[in-house]
Amino acid sequence: MGCMATPESYVLAIGTKKGLWLATSQDRKQWSFTGPHFLMSEIPSIGIDTRDGRTRIMVGVRSEHWGPTVAHSDDLGATWTEPEQGAIKFPDGTDAAVERIWQIYPDADSRPGVVWAGAEPISVWKSTDGGEHFELNRGLWDHPHRSEWGAGYGGAAAHSIVVNTSGDNVHVAMSTGGVYRSLDGGSSWEPRNKGISAYFMPDPNPEFGQCVHKIAADAAVEGRLYAQNHHGVYRSDDNAENWESIAEGLPADFGFVMLTHPRRAGTAWVIPLKADGERIPPEGKLAVHRTDDAGGTWKRLDAGLPQSEYNAVLRDAAAVDSAEPAGVYFGTRGGSVYASADEGESFDEVASHLPDVLCVRAAVVADAKVAATVSV
Amino acid sequence: MAEISVVLPSVLQPLAGGQSYLTAPADGTVTVGWLLDSVTGDYPVLARRLRDETGALRRYVNIYVNGDEVRRLQGLDTEVAAGQEVLIIQSVAGG
Repeated sequence: MGCMATPESYVLAIGTKKGLWLATSQDRKQWSFTGPHFLMSEIPSIGIDTRDGRTRIMVGVRSEHWGPTVAHSDDLGATWTEPEQGAIKFPDGTDAAVERIWQIYPDADSRPGVVWAGAEPISVWKSTDGGEHFELNRGLWDHPHRSEWGAGYGGAAAHSIVVNTSGDNVHVAMSTGGVYRSLDGGSSWEPRNKGISAYFMPDPNPEFGQCVHKIAADAAVEGRLYAQNHHGVYRSDDNAENWESIAEGLPADFGFVMLTHPRRAGTAWVIPLKADGERIPPEGKLAVHRTDDAGGTWKRLDAGLPQSEYNAVLRDAAAVDSAEPAGVYFGTRGGSVYASADEGESFDEVASHLPDVLCVRAAVVADAKVAATVSV
Repeated sequence: MAEISVVLPSVLQPLAGGQSYLTAPADGTVTVGWLLDSVTGDYPVLARRLRDETGALRRYVNIYVNGDEVRRLQGLDTEVAAGQEVLIIQSVAGG
């Protein structure tokens, strides 16, 4: 078992239906893997927190038998810590139990230690101690709309959390409830779905109830957001007050992924699937699509991707890193993971034949050390 | 004082310091819920593997008292007495 140490490395974390794989690389081409960690538990959420001078990997773990939990590692998976009393659990009086942690979202560099989480049943949580203990967001939990929120196919969950620079604006996306916005740091919430179609409802333009699959914030334009919906790709330029379609130019408006660039305004990636009723890449040909003008035009990116692929890419099974140029990563339900070191212009398959990929996260870290133990 | 033993599946034993069973002192009868509270008191992670934060037994965790699964008895209110054996076994589940 060998160890490597370099001044700067890349870490790739792959959460699957049956465990977690971790990898490091110096060039985003050759990757050294460890895993499976948490074998036979699914890993639907990962957060890589590079603040505070350390690399903390937080994972939402869920065993069919033993339930959900959150664990973290500060040594790239050599050891894992699970807080004895549990990082996320509903307080007395709620009569609720966490089913699955869908999202782990380290907040801005200016707020070290703050980590948000989204969970099933639909709930948002906030930690101020680096993800070791989370507190339930009562404003959203006690929201009067709660009884009218539905469950998407994968469960009723808050799956996207976006916090703006100041920390005042928090956007949450839930299936199925749509986008909710807080202007007071998470104390109070209002739905913000104007312009997003809910074609599957009697009223296709409800105040809430949309089936949003993923939202992401523009890197440089405050108040600009992107959303991949259950049919429909949208952008808002006014802090989610209004949404407009940016699906023109895409081969399909269905899909789960929405990624934005770490720094550059107007750049986002989606991975279209044909339709609700045909959840495969259009014509069985997998491709990432990138816009560099906030959805005005899209560029198909498939260099290095297989000629034929019938597996879907799930909402959190894609990520970017913060390097220049940005890396783009995604995994399929068929267990392949693809990495691009050039913003999607070309991909390499870096892992294959893993269990269904549920979550992918990547980060640039200093002095990564990982034991190279497995081939995938 | 008489004791009741709770036998753990091997996969959970690391959460109980490697023990294959845990015991609780009991005079007369106690409920399975009380017994779980008692034996997992020092092992909160083990407790969370068995029951969620509402106290409900997790769906694929089965507890047997004298060969009967407690869901077919009185659930966590099922009474158990010293000398009886309580087994925790995970369901055959998953894919």
